[in-house]
Amino acid sequence: MFGDYEAQRHWQEITFNLPIKQWYFNSSDNNLQYWGLDYPPLTAYHSLLCAYVAQFINPDWIALHSSRGYESQAHKLFMRATVLIADLLIYIPAVVLHCCCLKEISTKKKIANALCILLYPGLILIDYGHFQIMYNSVSLGLALWGVLGVSCDWDLLGSLAFCLAVNYKQMELYHSLPFFCFLLGKCFKKGLKGKGFVLFVKLAGTVVASFTLCWLPFFTERAQALQVLRRLFPVDRGLFEDKVANIWCSVSVFLKIKDILPHHVQIIVSFCLTLLSLLPACVKLTLQPSPKGFRFTLVSCALSFFLFSFQVHEKSILLVSLPVCLVLSEIPFMSTWFLLVSTFSMLPLLLKDDLLMPSVVTTMAFFIACATSFSIFEKTSEEELRLKSFSVSVRKHLPRFTFLPRIIQHLFIISVITMVLLTLMTVTLDPPQKLPDLFSVLVSSVSCLNFLFFLVYFNIIVMWDSKDGRNQKKIH
Amino acid sequence: MRIKWVECAALSVMAALSVMTGGGSWFLALALGVTLLKCLLIPTYHSTDFEVHRNWLAITHSLPISQWYYEATSEWTLDYPPFFAWFEYALSHVAKYFDQEMLNVHNLNYSSSRTLLFQRFSVIFTDALFVYAVHECCKCVDGKKACKELTEKPKFILSVLLLWNFGLLIVDHIHFQYNGFLFGLMLLSIARLFQKRHMEGAFLFAVLLHFKHIYLYVAPAYGIYLLRSYCFTANKPDGSIRWNSFSFVRLISLGLTVFLVSALSLGPFLALNQLPQVFSRLFPFKRGLCHAYWAPNFWAVYNALDKVLSVIGLNDKWFGSAVPTHSPSLGDSLGHPHLHPDCHIGPRGFLRCLILCALSSFMFGWHVHEKAILLAILPMSLLSVGKAGDASIFLILSTTGHYSLFPLLFTAPELPIKILLMLLFTIYSISSLKTLFRKEKPLFNWMETFYLLGLGPLEVFCEFVFPFTSWKLKYPFIPLLLTSVYCAVGITYAWFKLYVSVFTDPPVGKTKKQ
Repeated sequence: MFGDYEAQRHWQEITFNLPIKQWYFNSSDNNLQYWGLDYPPLTAYHSLLCAYVAQFINPDWIALHSSRGYESQAHKLFMRATVLIADLLIYIPAVVLHCCCLKEISTKKKIANALCILLYPGLILIDYGHFQIMYNSVSLGLALWGVLGVSCDWDLLGSLAFCLAVNYKQMELYHSLPFFCFLLGKCFKKGLKGKGFVLFVKLAGTVVASFTLCWLPFFTERAQALQVLRRLFPVDRGLFEDKVANIWCSVSVFLKIKDILPHHVQIIVSFCLTLLSLLPACVKLTLQPSPKGFRFTLVSCALSFFLFSFQVHEKSILLVSLPVCLVLSEIPFMSTWFLLVSTFSMLPLLLKDDLLMPSVVTTMAFFIACATSFSIFEKTSEEELRLKSFSVSVRKHLPRFTFLPRIIQHLFIISVITMVLLTLMTVTLDPPQKLPDLFSVLVSSVSCLNFLFFLVYFNIIVMWDSKDGRNQKKIH
Repeated sequence: MRIKWVECAALSVMAALSVMTGGGSWFLALALGVTLLKCLLIPTYHSTDFEVHRNWLAITHSLPISQWYYEATSEWTLDYPPFFAWFEYALSHVAKYFDQEMLNVHNLNYSSSRTLLFQRFSVIFTDALFVYAVHECCKCVDGKKACKELTEKPKFILSVLLLWNFGLLIVDHIHFQYNGFLFGLMLLSIARLFQKRHMEGAFLFAVLLHFKHIYLYVAPAYGIYLLRSYCFTANKPDGSIRWNSFSFVRLISLGLTVFLVSALSLGPFLALNQLPQVFSRLFPFKRGLCHAYWAPNFWAVYNALDKVLSVIGLNDKWFGSAVPTHSPSLGDSLGHPHLHPDCHIGPRGFLRCLILCALSSFMFGWHVHEKAILLAILPMSLLSVGKAGDASIFLILSTTGHYSLFPLLFTAPELPIKILLMLLFTIYSISSLKTLFRKEKPLFNWMETFYLLGLGPLEVFCEFVFPFTSWKLKYPFIPLLLTSVYCAVGITYAWFKLYVSVFTDPPVGKTKKQ
């Protein structure tokens, strides 16, 4: 009934009233079953900071034990204000800076780009929705600062920002491989003996230092660190929970994987599949590091993790949406499509929280903003979809392969119609008695199919990309 | 389940429209965007006006016409002219599919979720007339400077200033009123007058008067302009009246239009001998000079002075007693600057006089509600994209006028919404008008800039600092007093500047063809 709102309030209560050593441990004061802390230490410190402010305004909000389930208008305003302030300080400046650094487009287009990214419905609904208070904007914003830093050759600052992001929410590890490969590729480019090696050492030092700083209070005892890790990575839980737009969940409709494979085999299988699906893009990035390739690799890696990994939550799609927002200016049509699907994939969650009206309204606002800023329906040629070099290679073997853009347009229309129909059905009809989860399963399966298509698409772009980029620059 | 069907239907229509905007019509995109914003504002705080309109739905639906102006079960009796009552009657026929219970006169303060949804959607839906009126007004604004950039065209700026007007948004879609379509009627009549379709303009205004009689404030402007520009069919070469070109036919047709509209509206009540009762409901002079919250006009300053003096100890009894009985006539005389013939050269002059009437009535009128400032702000937007001087007056008027509406939304959850929307609108209006008139002298002098910037600290003090001080218990009225007086200064200044501009600016159109 309470949701993440109560979880955040509870964490403020715990971090304020209990000493650090007890934050992650089960005790009479800290019942881990009741919204126990399961994010890395930086979240805990942030909650502590908010708790100090709450103490100043009204101590009842975080009184130990007695404030459980506390909800009042003033408290809601306070919690929303904390999310807004975190947004204003971290996420929004990063988005604005990213749009300012975009090359070869006018100021008006930059502003439109920033507006579209900020209007992305998923993040708004999850962070500001009825009972959701998630501070996703903090970890995504820090990751974005990391991307910016690394793309502009401020490698140390970028990696520091990214380490902070990982220490805020462990799901940011989805983005870690591309960061690692990109920076490794930069070191290789500068030469392994000399500047490259120096850079490598500096980066390693930065990472180790930032982790140590965040985890310092927990390094005093081995048991502490292990317990925190156990809370962060609950491997006992299983392959998936609820209905998520994930391969495992979709396959389990037909084949009950949870029952067939034993637990440790599940972990190994998911690990291998994830690794296989993201290996080509990461290898390419290491060999040919470029900011554009980096962004596309972020998308494909995060998407691979989302589709194949362990214990994936529906909200993790935000980790894929952020890099897609970054490439919005380069492939507006496909990015808009992806972002619409990602919002749709969270539909069951949003309906549970009574967010139908806001989600439809924000989705339409986002769609209108993108459609008018980028005129997406006109930019569907091969060149604009960045599929030119791929099509050229295919045409060497199949000369008649010219219908790719048309297929993609048809797929888009089918996808949108399916999403609209499913939304209407979920909202208006009651599911049949024998299949109570019918609509959530349909939503997640349809989204999963879409995501698979996008995985293939983004991998194609990454693998066939570099020559394309150079040729385009010559044309302009 | 029924709610969801309605939601889905409304949103599907908008989705279809939004696909069409993908084709690039910026006006439709703006209109749709603001409609989406209005949908998001559905669950926000609503004032007692919500109950007022629910009550009127109940009265018009359940009772016969003869009872409409006599019914007094609820304290919110019907006090708008008959056309509005018929409008509520029409709405009630749709309301019965949402929730039959809201149409019961005895269900005081009934506000189920379906009632809320119906009422909010009815406001959003009737705003379609406002959107159409804005579209017509944009046609009357010519872009003399050939701007290739869409966002710098006067049409675009005017559309945003009108469609996304902060005051209209919070008064209609949060506080809850039906001003959207009423202002739509007014703007449409103004547009028709600009397009030289005088009869239509007169008809629309007559209809508007019978929807909400507050528009009587600007009726003299219409009357004099129509007389001057429509009944006198020709001008002398230098622009002054050619007295022998008076057309009785036109005068009579205008009179007939107004008479027929009034007959349609008041006829049934005349037949029932209820006219005195209707008028007593429409013009309740017993209520007093100032509303519960002081509109930032002359009387607010006067009251504040009175209060300060009484607190100090100088009881100016003579000062307090003399004025109230004379104020309606004071308001009238100060509000009618149209005696100067030059101010009626062309529709622009008419618009200027209309705004001046509205503003003067706001300044000196009887029992003025602070929402009446919108009556001056919205038409002023039309002038603001024409000349730099008007733009600067508009910016001062709209910023202080909108800020004076803040006390209407006093609940905590609405605080971030109103601050955010106000900032967005103010920043956009200032930056776009500055860009439009960048080749002329700056829009604000240092004094005006200082005054406008002072609104920030005032807001911080009233909403964030004051509730934590000890004065809150002793003098709880201080934030309202400060807001009212501070805004009164700005509005008075804008009124004064506008007054001066009417008499000192060279009459437009003496050399141009009309």
